[in-house]
Amino acid sequence: MTNSINELEADAKCVFLIGTNTTENHPVIGYKIKQNVRKNGAKLVVADPRRIELAEMADVYMKFKPGTDVALINAMMNVIINEELLDKEFITNRTEGFEEMAAVIAQYTPEYAEEITEVPAEDIRKAARLYAEADTASICYAMGITQHSTGTDNVKSVCNLALLTGNLGKPGTGVNPLRGQNNVQGACDMGALPVTYPAYQKVTDSAVREKFEKAWGVSLSPNNGLTLTAAINKAYSKELKGLMVIGENPMVSDPDLKHVEEALDNLELLMVQDIFFTETARKADVVFPGVTFAETDGTFTNTERRVQRVRQAISPRGGTLPDWQILCELSKRLGYPMNYSSPEEIFDEMKTVTPSYAGMTYTRLEGKGLHWPCPNEEHMGTPVLHKEKFNRGLGLFHAIEFKDPAELPDEEYPLILSTGRNLFHYHTGTMTRRSSALNKHVPENEVQINPATAERLNIVNGEKVKVVTRRGNIEVKAKVTDIVNENVIFTYFHFSEAAANMLTNADSLDPVAGIPEYKVCAARVEKI
Amino acid sequence: MISLTIDGREIQVPRGTTLLTACRQAGADIPTLCYDPDLRLAGSCRMCVVEVKGRRNLVAGCVTPAENNMVVETESPDVVESRKIILELLLARHKLTCHTCESDGSCKLQDYCYRYGVTDSRFTGEFHDGPHFSKEDANPFIKRDYDKCIMCTRCVRACEEITGAQAINVMNRGHHAKIATIFDGNLEDSPCVFCGQCIMVCPVGALTSKVAAGKGKSYQTEKVLTTCTYCGTGCTLELNVKDDKVVGVTSVRDENWSPVNRGALCVKGRFGWDFINSSDRLTTPLIRENGELRPASWDEALDFTAAKIKEIKGEHGPDSLAMFSSARVTNEENYLAQKLMRAAIGTNNVDHCARL
Ligand code: SF4
Ligand code: SF4
Ligand code: SF4
Repeated sequence: MTNSINELEADAKCVFLIGTNTTENHPVIGYKIKQNVRKNGAKLVVADPRRIELAEMADVYMKFKPGTDVALINAMMNVIINEELLDKEFITNRTEGFEEMAAVIAQYTPEYAEEITEVPAEDIRKAARLYAEADTASICYAMGITQHSTGTDNVKSVCNLALLTGNLGKPGTGVNPLRGQNNVQGACDMGALPVTYPAYQKVTDSAVREKFEKAWGVSLSPNNGLTLTAAINKAYSKELKGLMVIGENPMVSDPDLKHVEEALDNLELLMVQDIFFTETARKADVVFPGVTFAETDGTFTNTERRVQRVRQAISPRGGTLPDWQILCELSKRLGYPMNYSSPEEIFDEMKTVTPSYAGMTYTRLEGKGLHWPCPNEEHMGTPVLHKEKFNRGLGLFHAIEFKDPAELPDEEYPLILSTGRNLFHYHTGTMTRRSSALNKHVPENEVQINPATAERLNIVNGEKVKVVTRRGNIEVKAKVTDIVNENVIFTYFHFSEAAANMLTNADSLDPVAGIPEYKVCAARVEKI
Repeated sequence: MISLTIDGREIQVPRGTTLLTACRQAGADIPTLCYDPDLRLAGSCRMCVVEVKGRRNLVAGCVTPAENNMVVETESPDVVESRKIILELLLARHKLTCHTCESDGSCKLQDYCYRYGVTDSRFTGEFHDGPHFSKEDANPFIKRDYDKCIMCTRCVRACEEITGAQAINVMNRGHHAKIATIFDGNLEDSPCVFCGQCIMVCPVGALTSKVAAGKGKSYQTEKVLTTCTYCGTGCTLELNVKDDKVVGVTSVRDENWSPVNRGALCVKGRFGWDFINSSDRLTTPLIRENGELRPASWDEALDFTAAKIKEIKGEHGPDSLAMFSSARVTNEENYLAQKLMRAAIGTNNVDHCARL
């Protein structure tokens, strides 16, 4: 997030949610948005292919066709430009590329976008006005924006909208991706990415590389590494021989599970480190038992870049070892000893090579934590980014054209399948499915089907149906509901026994981010 | 600033301060049941009554503004008598079963009865003869025992003002009054999202966690402040620990210790913790032998893995190895994971499921 979570409750005069089912996936942020609307009268604009809970209290709700995000946002910008609701001063002083972008936007009239998105032109106009006319307006998005073959374009479009209205660099504004996992921000910050060292320092930059070579006392590879999805493909083609998986479950979370399974079967070494015997662990050659968050010390970095302490509450269960100790033991045996007596010692080394964390210590993190960047020990952290300038100096507009999703419905697969999460479960379900109350409350998967579609297929609520795509099929309970449109169905990916990712498409990656198109693939529903 | 005298002590407070705040500032221990600093005032329990010189009636401190030159007594005989009557009235419809109550030791009703020596009620009969309120609610998260409810309405206000669910409200009047969902149904059929904010604010044992039930009373557990393991919001929560086991989750409402959520949690954070003690936990390393995974010692498993990595690296080069680190483990572990791949193995093939 460019801004902090509590601004959504206190400072934002308008909140625009697109591709985030906030009350289910980031519930506490959802509460704050609701309070802002109810108590302070903040305006709420919601764009989502499903009529999610927050749509009910929105001033404008746009139920758009999955995968048409760019057309929708471009049309909002079209209105803002034509009605002169843009922030000219901000555009002049802080941005570049406006003319090129505006040239593309010109054709995206609300009427033109209505054809693509199925959102009434008048609603697009209303939404654009609410967002642009508010003193401070915040955009929040989640995987609904990013999990598309055009994910990067979608994100750029969202940024365009914020730049166009000057909604960056002050409290209550910003472009705010709500990240799905407790420490996904931290994992990225720490350089668990194939192209960057900690703090997004590029592995291909020789000055950076020299710095790390010095710090770590070895020479380092100058080549970008493989993304997760690319690694799976290389395993499939047998170019990748060994894979170590820590606390991940690609056998449930990754697209096209049949493909994943074959890829993992091809490996000479699959090492899995996890707390449970996951679907992926079952395929492993060696399994290390790690610990839960209750059994370790350390830090997590949340979606607003706030670094907070994790504190050990109980001793590691049974014969488990904290994950950091497993890594140290392995490294020692690989001839590269990494000796640390505690996570704090690791943190203290990490911050010497991570400029955005340089000013943090465990002592300083007590209590409220710190938002990065926090470059030195006097610095109080940075809840709001881009106050005076952007990382690159001027904010760059991108001229983005709408592109269709990779796999469109056809006669054989006439519906659009979207996947996502439920309030009561988390990711591949390894933890929540073993949490007695959560799993009792929501024990099985469902596929949401519009009543008209259900009637056409002669399906009643609660009936087991088969969902079929080009990759495979699953049997799952039908939930007949008009929160989805007639041409859309939706299912959850938490349930390995009815795994949504048997259905999803591994060939439709975003070309830049390598993210799979979980929000759109072509499917059909069959009566069993 | 205005000045007033509280229990013989003169203090200064800004104009607009309530008497309750002023008294507490003066060091008086004012009992409250319905008062909650984060919620709209209810002014209904009247436990916070104090005596103001020159006024005929006792006043409720939480709704009365402090005035210049007021002289206030916080434990005068009239105040004490009034509080006793309130407590007795509450006990009259209360299922007093402290010995088996989850809230024993962390219950305001119990504390105040102790403080004022109230053992039972002179308004007897009502509980045994009168209406019963306990609610069998099949949900797996929240036990609703309204025979212990004191009608402070903090749960109603938290549900609306913190979570925004508006799932529960006051139903009926007089001594039939109770907390209920619309049509007095189960929480599951209401807009309830099982956040447990109602449990958090309940000052007695009327609302309690079914997941933590029977596992330890508050004073038997140690509370360890940490960060939630689920979504990226990063809520602060307290793991309740007894005998080296996590037996519950609570939260702190102090912004200085719970900066993101000020005590509010969602259903996963508050009720999704017993996986920690699951019998499914992996407890020993495993090695595949003849197609089967069998238990192994740490040394054996680590040596096996290291040897295999070296072999692959020797034959096919470092880029034939890759690691998926994790968005669930700590920063420290992610740092080590990428350092291991880059420095110990020599490849940048490290990623995690940020995109999934
Ligand atoms: S709610 Fe309080 S007073 Fe009532 S039984 Fe429980 S501990 Fe005792
Ligand atoms: S659990 Fe949350 S939503 Fe349900 S009644 Fe309690 S406060 Fe309201
Ligand atoms: S309590 Fe709920 S909202 Fe808060 S971090 Fe945990 S999962 Fe997210």
